[in-house]
Amino acid sequence: MEFESYDVLIVGGGLAGIRAAIAAAEANPRARVGMVSKVYPMRSHTVSAEGGAAAVLRPEDSYENHAFDTIKGSDYLADQDVVEAFVREAPVEIIQMEHWGCPWSRDPDGKISARPFGGMTTWRTCFAADKTGFYMLHTVFQTSLKYPQITRHDEAFVTKLLVEDSRCVGVVALDIRTGRIDAITAKSVILATGGLGRVYAFTTNGNICTGDGMALAYRAGVGLKDMEMVQFHPTGLPFTGILITEAVRGEGGYLLNNEGERFLKRYLPNKMELGPRDIISRAMLTEFEAGRGFEGPHGKYMHLDVRHLGEKVIDRKLPFMRELGREFMGIDIVKDPIPVRPVQHYMMGGVAADISGETEILGLYAAGECANVGLNGGNRLGSNSLSECLVFGAASGRAAAHYAASAKPVTANPVDAMLWDEARRVESDYLEKKGGDERIGPIREEMQREMDAGAGVFRTKEGLEKLIQQLGGLRDRFDRVKIDDTSKTFNTEVVAALELDYMLEVSQAIAVSALAREESRGAHARRDFPERDDEKFLKHTIAYRKEGARPRLEYRDVKITNFQPKARTY
Amino acid sequence: MPDKKVTIRATRYDPDKDEKPRLQVYEIPFYDESMVVLDALNYIKANVDGSLSYRWSCRMGICGSCGMMVNGTPKLTCNAFLRDYWPRPIVVQPLNNFPVIRDLVIDMDDFMHKLKSVQPWIIRKQEIPLGAGEHRQTNEQIDDFRQFSQCINCMLCYAACPVYGLNDEFLGPAATALARRYNLDSRDQGLKQRLPVLADPDGVWECSFVGECSVVCPKGVDPAKAIQQTKLDTTMRFVLPYGNRE
Repeated sequence: MEFESYDVLIVGGGLAGIRAAIAAAEANPRARVGMVSKVYPMRSHTVSAEGGAAAVLRPEDSYENHAFDTIKGSDYLADQDVVEAFVREAPVEIIQMEHWGCPWSRDPDGKISARPFGGMTTWRTCFAADKTGFYMLHTVFQTSLKYPQITRHDEAFVTKLLVEDSRCVGVVALDIRTGRIDAITAKSVILATGGLGRVYAFTTNGNICTGDGMALAYRAGVGLKDMEMVQFHPTGLPFTGILITEAVRGEGGYLLNNEGERFLKRYLPNKMELGPRDIISRAMLTEFEAGRGFEGPHGKYMHLDVRHLGEKVIDRKLPFMRELGREFMGIDIVKDPIPVRPVQHYMMGGVAADISGETEILGLYAAGECANVGLNGGNRLGSNSLSECLVFGAASGRAAAHYAASAKPVTANPVDAMLWDEARRVESDYLEKKGGDERIGPIREEMQREMDAGAGVFRTKEGLEKLIQQLGGLRDRFDRVKIDDTSKTFNTEVVAALELDYMLEVSQAIAVSALAREESRGAHARRDFPERDDEKFLKHTIAYRKEGARPRLEYRDVKITNFQPKARTY
Repeated sequence: MPDKKVTIRATRYDPDKDEKPRLQVYEIPFYDESMVVLDALNYIKANVDGSLSYRWSCRMGICGSCGMMVNGTPKLTCNAFLRDYWPRPIVVQPLNNFPVIRDLVIDMDDFMHKLKSVQPWIIRKQEIPLGAGEHRQTNEQIDDFRQFSQCINCMLCYAACPVYGLNDEFLGPAATALARRYNLDSRDQGLKQRLPVLADPDGVWECSFVGECSVVCPKGVDPAKAIQQTKLDTTMRFVLPYGNRE
C-alpha cells in the first residue's frame, strides 16, 4: 500500500507544533514536513494564553536571574541544564516572532515591552496586550503558510503511534471528516498535542485538551514524567473556568478576601500578588476554609480588583479582560471587582523528553505542554510556557529534521500489518461498535469530579487511593460504552470516546504518581506529608504503563548545576 | 425555577443518510442563568443524543470554532446566552453560505485557501538578521492595524455577507481584513505582492458595501472598512509613487 509519507511528522498544530514544523522546514528545505491536527491549527488552545512570554531582553536582567527564578519556582524539580539552555534561547525566539509579525506591545522607544509576572524577580514577560497566545498562534500559523514543504492534515485524530523495532515510523490517524483510517508514515514524529486539562471538571482548558500525545507515547512504552505536578491557576471565573490572566496582578491588581483584605500578606509577604501560582492557589483555599471567601452560586471565590488602575491602563494593557468580564460575567472590570477562584490550568508533567525533545523511542520527539523536558519541575512560572513552546518546538523540529536526514526509509510491509490491526481495533471498539449500555458524557463527568476531588490542589493518601479505585471502575464502565453515532462523516462522538480513553489513561498516571510522592513540592501538596523531602524525593517520577494494572514507577535524579536546593520562601 | 426548560431546534444532516437537512427539537433543562447555547448543545450531546455534531473548544470567544446561526443570526454559541432568548425556542443552524459537512459543521476549506492567497505573513525585500534585534515599532503604529489583527477566523462575517452567498469566488471580509492587517504593518513591504488578489474581479471590488460583516464580527473587526480602504489601494497604485513601503 501507498501511504502519505514525510520526513518529519508533527502531531498537533498549536504553538509548539507549528514552531517545530517551521524549524524542520528551515533546517532542511528539502524535508517533507507533515502536520496532523484534530482541529484547524488556529483553534489550538495556545489561542487562549493571555499574559505573555518570558525572555531576558533588558539590560538590567540576566540569564542567571531568569534561570534562578524558574528553578526556585519549580521547587528545585527542574533540570537545571535544561533551564539554562532555555533562558538563553528564549530571547532569540521572541525576536524571531517579532520578525514574523507578532504585534508585541512596545515601550516608548519602539522596543518590545515587558511586564512583571508571578515568581519573576524583574519585568521580563513580553506581551501582546492580554491576548499574547492568540497573537502568537495566528502569527506562526499564518507564517507557516508560506512554506510549501509543510503539508497539513487538518481535523485528523491520531489513534496510535507506529513503532517498529523500537523506532517510530509514523502514526495511524482517523480522518474526522470521512471516517477513513489510514497510516501516515514518517522518519520522525514530534508530539505537540498540548495539555490534558479536560480530565478535571473545573479547568481553563478548552474541549480539545485531552492528553492525546501523552497517552499515545505512554501506550507506545515511553515514560510519563512528573505527572503528579498539575498547575492550578489562582484566577479563573467561577462556573466557566475562563482564565483571568496573571497579568491582571502583574499590572497591579489586588486579590481580596471577603474582609476586603489583601490576604496574601500572610502567605507571601514580600511578593504579595506576584507570588507563584501554586502558593497563591493554596493560600486562597486556606482562606476559603477559614471562612474568608465570598459565597456565590458557583461556590466560593475571591475578588480580583483592578479598579484603582483606571480605565486607560485597563484598556491599553488588559482589554480582553474587560471584554471577557462584560461578555461572560456582565461586569465592567473598570467599576467592578472580578470574582475568581483556583482552576486547573497547566500540566507540568508529560512525555519524558530531553533537551532536544528526544524520547526513549528512536525518531519520537515531544515538545510543548505535552512534553516534560525538565523545564518546569513542580511548578511552572507564568509566561514560561509560551516561550517553552517556541524554544523546544524549534529544538525538536531541528533535531527531528537532522535525524530524518540520515534515517533509513520506512518500509511499507510492517506498516501495512500494523495499520490493519489498528483499523480493526478502531472500527470494532468505536466506529462500528455494537451494544453497550454506558454513555460517554456521564463517565467523563464522573472522572472530572473525581479528579477535582482526589487530585486537586491538596491531596491525601486516602483521597488518591479512592481516586485510583474510582478510575478503575470508570475504565470498566468505559469498556461498556455505547456509541449513538454510526455515521462515518464528522463523527464527534467517536472522537469524544477516543479522547475519554486517553483521559482515563493519563488520569491514572496522575493519581498513581501523586500517591507515591510522599512529600509536598511545588504544585503537589500532600496534607499528610506537608514538607518537602529532598532526601527521598529530589527526583523525577517516571510512570510506565502496565496493561490492566497500575503503572510501574521509576525515579530519576534531578540535574543540579549551579543552584543548590534550599528552602523556597518568597 | 428548578424545572425551567429551554427548547432547542438544531439542524440535523448526515450526508450518508439524509437528502436534506432537517430540524430536530430538544427540550432540555435550563439549570443555570449563565448557560449559553453551546452549553445547551453540550447537554444534548452528553445526555440526550450523542450523535449531534458541532465544533467547539475554548468556550471563551477566542478559538473561533463554535460559530453557528442562532435564530437566524451568525453567533459564537459560547457567548450567546440562553437567557437572552428564553422562553422562545432557539433555532441553531450551521453558518449560512457554506457547504454543510454534517449537522452544524460547515466546510471552511474555501476560506483556508483564500487566507493563504492573500499571503498573510510579513513580506520584506530584505530580512534583517535575528542578531540585529527587533524592528522598532510604536504602539501607535500597532494601533494602525490592531483591529484587523483581532480576526479569529470564526466565519461569522462570511455567513452574513450577501455577496459571498451569491458568489463564493469573492475573497470576502476576513481574508481582506487580514491582508489589510499586513499591508498596514510598518514592518511589512508586501502590498504590491498582495494587490493582484485584492484587485482581482473577485477581490474587493465585488463588495457592494452592505456592511453586515462588521455588524456581526464578535471581535470588533471592521472588515467593511478594510475592503473600502483596500479599494483605494488598488486605484492609488496606478497614480502615486510609493516610498519605502511598497
